[in-house]
Amino acid sequence: MKAGIVIFPGINRERDMAIALQTSFGTVPRMIWHKDTDLAGLDLVVIPGGFSFGDYLRCGAMAAHSPIMRAVKQHAERGGYVLGVCNGFQILTEAGILPGALLRNASLRFLSMDCHLRVERADTVFTNQYQAGQTFRAVMAHGDGNYFADSDTLDRLEAERLVAFRYATKASEVTPEVNLNGSARSIAGIFSPNLRVLGLMPHPEDMVDPLMGGTDGKPLFDALAAA
Amino acid sequence: MQTPVNEFLARSFGLSGEEYDRVLAIMGRTPTFTELGIFSVMWSEHCSYKSSRVWLKQLPTKAPWVIHGPGENAGVVDIGDGLAAIFKMESHNHPSFIEPYQGAATGVGGILRDVFTMGARPIANLNALRFGRPENPRTKRVVDGVVRGIGGYGNCVGVPTVGGEVNFHASYDGNPLVNAMTVGIARKDRIFLSAAAGIGNPVVYVGSKTGRDGIHGATMASTEFSADSEDKRPTVQVGDPFTEKLLIEACLELMATDAIVGIQDMGAAGLTSSAVEMAGKGGVGIDLDLDQVPARETGMTAYEFMLSESQERMLMVLRPDREQVARDIFQKWDLDFAVVGRITDTGRITVCHHGTVEADIPLAPLNDQAPLYTRPTVDTPKQEKLNPARIEDRFGLAKALEKLIACPDLCSRAWVWDQYDSTVGGQTVKRPGAADAAVVKLEGLKRAVALTTDCTPRYCMADPELGGAQAVAEAWRNLTAVGARPLAITDNMNFGNPEKPEIMGQFAAAIRGMVAACEALDFPVVSGNVSLYNETEGRGILPTPAIGGLGVMDDASLAVGLALPPWLDIVLIGNTVGWLGQSLWLREVAGREDGAPPPVDLGVERANGDFVRTHILNRTIRACHDVSDGGILVALAEMAMAGGVGARLMTHPNNVPGHAFWFGEDQGRYIIAVPDYVAFARAAEAAGVPAMRLGTSGGQDLTLPDGGSISVAALREAHERFFPSWMNNNPQKETP
Repeated sequence: MKAGIVIFPGINRERDMAIALQTSFGTVPRMIWHKDTDLAGLDLVVIPGGFSFGDYLRCGAMAAHSPIMRAVKQHAERGGYVLGVCNGFQILTEAGILPGALLRNASLRFLSMDCHLRVERADTVFTNQYQAGQTFRAVMAHGDGNYFADSDTLDRLEAERLVAFRYATKASEVTPEVNLNGSARSIAGIFSPNLRVLGLMPHPEDMVDPLMGGTDGKPLFDALAAA
Repeated sequence: MQTPVNEFLARSFGLSGEEYDRVLAIMGRTPTFTELGIFSVMWSEHCSYKSSRVWLKQLPTKAPWVIHGPGENAGVVDIGDGLAAIFKMESHNHPSFIEPYQGAATGVGGILRDVFTMGARPIANLNALRFGRPENPRTKRVVDGVVRGIGGYGNCVGVPTVGGEVNFHASYDGNPLVNAMTVGIARKDRIFLSAAAGIGNPVVYVGSKTGRDGIHGATMASTEFSADSEDKRPTVQVGDPFTEKLLIEACLELMATDAIVGIQDMGAAGLTSSAVEMAGKGGVGIDLDLDQVPARETGMTAYEFMLSESQERMLMVLRPDREQVARDIFQKWDLDFAVVGRITDTGRITVCHHGTVEADIPLAPLNDQAPLYTRPTVDTPKQEKLNPARIEDRFGLAKALEKLIACPDLCSRAWVWDQYDSTVGGQTVKRPGAADAAVVKLEGLKRAVALTTDCTPRYCMADPELGGAQAVAEAWRNLTAVGARPLAITDNMNFGNPEKPEIMGQFAAAIRGMVAACEALDFPVVSGNVSLYNETEGRGILPTPAIGGLGVMDDASLAVGLALPPWLDIVLIGNTVGWLGQSLWLREVAGREDGAPPPVDLGVERANGDFVRTHILNRTIRACHDVSDGGILVALAEMAMAGGVGARLMTHPNNVPGHAFWFGEDQGRYIIAVPDYVAFARAAEAAGVPAMRLGTSGGQDLTLPDGGSISVAALREAHERFFPSWMNNNPQKETP
């Protein structure tokens, strides 16, 4: 699988993502400038974290209108793989590629800490190296991670099993206490209906090296590499 | 009609009568309004260091690994693998009181620019913060704004905030300290300096447009505060971290080419100081055409252009044949790029605006004849050494411990650092709270830097010389405690009004102490910043020479943290006489703030530290924590909480009273965890280093030698209570 990382001005976790991809894929991902329009030859397009255009408008709103996003949309429609993390998830929702929106954290404060994510299904190309129901640790670092959608959309996501991850305790319990940003139904990440687009707020790419706190995020990239 | 230029105007710009006379002598005529503005900011305390320079010169600044010491935008040290660490700490105290969010945010932005202007990619930020009493209703607003500002800026530019310190004291009620430190990494053969060169070379302005914000900020930072300081809010700049991020990327991209001759950020005193310093250092002249400067608003005067402190701007001298290469890069990043002048051989700065020469000043005297004062000093009277046996312990160990770990100065800072992105970049080995120093690995290498900020202002108040030495020693100790080899420091000297002899005496004494410690520990000063006039309504802050320390580890995987693992022997390194003077136990438990602070024996400091480091690197030591505020028992509790593991402690030696042994703040000590005390003690004895067994780790409780016991869960509950309960009552609703 060939991977590329889209760089918008203000994106700042592209290096973390490149390291994670390289660790699992063994190849250096292609860096794609937001003014480019060509994603030919790529299987996986990654939109990393950061503050695209400073996020001075709604998070991801400006980036969603960058030239490259038309190509990202077409890539997704063609059944290509897309991974959006943090700002990348926000951009995917702003671009209408995934439903819902990411609001300010319920505490109205930036949250930087480890969290545990419960894997809601393990039969996807992103999650098949995890067990359904298990939790893994990832780094949370966002001010706007409070997932919101109307109840019909949430019901549909649940019915179609498109919720990818929920904030949970280490023991896989989904409780309000560990849903720090206030996300609807503790949703931390969602899939597209074809399960080929994944958006999530926490950073598995910052958890791929035992020196930096663990390798809990690595199975996600290993799974992609094996696809 | 412009205001007439005379001594009265000069005084309102912050120049003394004598300084104005010197301006007249240099110019041989009455200066223009703009020229007077240039002189006044260049000769402000903030830019000229006129009160502190005579003392700063005494600091040791050299070592074989120092590439650039003070005098450049930041200090540069060789860290191996062909790389250099570039770092500096700088204050943004005055703006942070007037407008906490923007004051702190632009403090972070300013120090980042000092570092990437030298060619380094910033890899870490730290912040040394000091606030007024929590009971003061204003403090909460300042803490909230400063923490949000640091996070807002640092998180957005994508540089991890990995460490720092937070203290509270009444003396900071009207004058908080916000000292921001940035560390960057560059190839050591690709360091960019500010000196201009090449007659005819273009002078290029990049970054944000210039507005009227921050005019005379440097002068504001050079006076005391009064009740009308609120009126100075327009002198505080507004930060734009997105533009800063673009500037970092664009500058680093340009620095990979050979286009740049010299480069400097526009910090305090904006275009004035960058142009004057670049040309001055290069021994050349500079012509500026203000009509070419990108402006945010219309109708700005030459004076306003020259003194604006609008953020996120840089000035560069380029090779003429590379102008287009540079222009293309900045265009790609959607940043302004304008040729605003040329390098000349006149030795003068001339400023042209709308076809009129608004300033024409010879650079040599502007720089060389800047005022320099040897201000009178008075020594701080020494405090009495307290006898611990005469200080009654009415609390017992468990109660005192619970009180101490819950107090504002020792409680968990998680509320603060949970708002800072500490992991972006993916190289943070030791995050805030995990170890005595932050450890950040270099991408693609085993090598890492260790970083810390330290100062104990209450020691500095009681004995500034000892306090200066202690601050340096503690930084060295904290780097050592993770296994790093300490290399160099940056200092941020925060003091009151230097025109008061007792304040200048504190400054001079602190420098003396720092000199001694830097020399004894081979730990030179490579950069720094002085912030004076930290007074409000005539009341000075505690003298606060904040030290930012940098060390290196050849192998990041050898770094140890403070989390206590189970079933190990807990050992104290260093001697304990039970020094209670100026200790937190004395203040928080006994209700006294007196006595001489604990002495620092620099020879012992070094011997103990070198021993500890050796045994971290040979993997004998599994956890390490220096003993500082609160003494042994607080340090142990912190290790227990970090590890989620209890400990059973043995009785203290009978020649020291219990409370003095467990809570005294004797210096040069570490608590470590090792698998085998006996073997370790043998090695310590051979090295002449005192090692004493304190107990064994394990279980869920901290079992105290006086029979008391406290669970790790209860410790945590007490430790984590203060900040959330204090801050999470909506600070916006606080009445001013």
